[in-house]
Amino acid sequence: MIALLIRDLRLALRAGGGFGLGLSFFLIVVVLVPFGVGAEAAVLARIAPGILWVAALLAALLSLDRIFALDFEDGALPLLATAPVPLEAVALVKALAHWLTTGLPLVVAAPALGVLLQMESGAYGTLIGSLALGTPALSLIGAFGAALTVGVRRGGLLLSLLVLPLYIPTLIFGAEAVRRGAAGLDAGTPLLLLAGITLGCLAALPIATALVLRINLR
Amino acid sequence: MLTVTDLACARGGQVVLERVSFTVVAGTALVLRGPNGVGKTTLLRVLAGLQPALAGSYEYPTDQSAYASHADGVKSTLTVAENLGFWAAVYRQDLTEQVYAAFNLGALRDRMAGTLSAGQKRRLGLARLAVIDRKVLFLDEPTVSLDAASVQLFRAFLDRHLNAGGVAVLATHIDLGLAAPALDLSRFQAVPTADEAFL
Repeated sequence: MIALLIRDLRLALRAGGGFGLGLSFFLIVVVLVPFGVGAEAAVLARIAPGILWVAALLAALLSLDRIFALDFEDGALPLLATAPVPLEAVALVKALAHWLTTGLPLVVAAPALGVLLQMESGAYGTLIGSLALGTPALSLIGAFGAALTVGVRRGGLLLSLLVLPLYIPTLIFGAEAVRRGAAGLDAGTPLLLLAGITLGCLAALPIATALVLRINLR
Repeated sequence: MLTVTDLACARGGQVVLERVSFTVVAGTALVLRGPNGVGKTTLLRVLAGLQPALAGSYEYPTDQSAYASHADGVKSTLTVAENLGFWAAVYRQDLTEQVYAAFNLGALRDRMAGTLSAGQKRRLGLARLAVIDRKVLFLDEPTVSLDAASVQLFRAFLDRHLNAGGVAVLATHIDLGLAAPALDLSRFQAVPTADEAFL
């Protein structure tokens, strides 16, 4: 399993691997927002939590179709399915690799971008906390969506349509946590709900992903 | 070692093969023959466990099978050694020098797989089988894009595998010169019933 994780990270870091795709998209969106809405500090500070979370969500979405499609195209997926490793673990490791290459860089980069958006100083803790708790759910849900569309050529559109509705609860609670942090309120409840979503996804989705992969490999 | 009884399998919702039965004893190979579309790949995928059989059963020692098709899962941005090392780790095997020698990959081990020729890539794909060391092999067109010398390397690998008591079921169009019985799958072709014809 560790071998699969190392392989996926290596593939992501090498040429054409897509590491940095999500991160640079995140950077571009957040840097462009002040140009779009004007540099007025009060306006930016008010929309910063929402912008950061929407940008993080779209950045995660951008690289989802790579999770299984590349392995499907070159025939590695049937070989993994017949290997002596449970397909559920393969699904989990794939989601983990996606999070490490997409979600984790966003968590690290978000505070710097919060500065660009004039975010309230009290919100940085909840921003990092909510992204760290919420982005694993994005990767897990995304891996499930990627498994559903694995046989579909250029299935990016279908994948987005399937996955976006499932992302909405994460977005609502994530942005709400940061907004409360910025307003100086207690953000415990949305953070707990966010953690609940992630744990629920962690428990159920690798099994569902493996099931869908088996069907799509027939 | 491998027993198949009254197996029926379907591709794309259509029954292609019915009542397939054969036995392969340890140390022998079976070559599947038949025109394109007869169901060679489908049968191999069913036996490898990638899709369920419609009816019938098959039996071989558990956790001893390996499947290889012409899409061999070689990652073009990993080196030859990394590609093989990954499968060695997944199957908890050691990656030995013999594997490189057996498939003439020694000089290529630090090359990116993406820079290999089609035949070299194929040799890398087949070398995976030597790395993972499984007893029951299901091989779908293993010799596509191999030159004569590489076919001989593969032949030598297969001979060693069979001499060690393994079995292999191959779908191939070229004559490997194996002393293996051939099974013509056209005999088992499913006849569409009247009902199906109108559906």
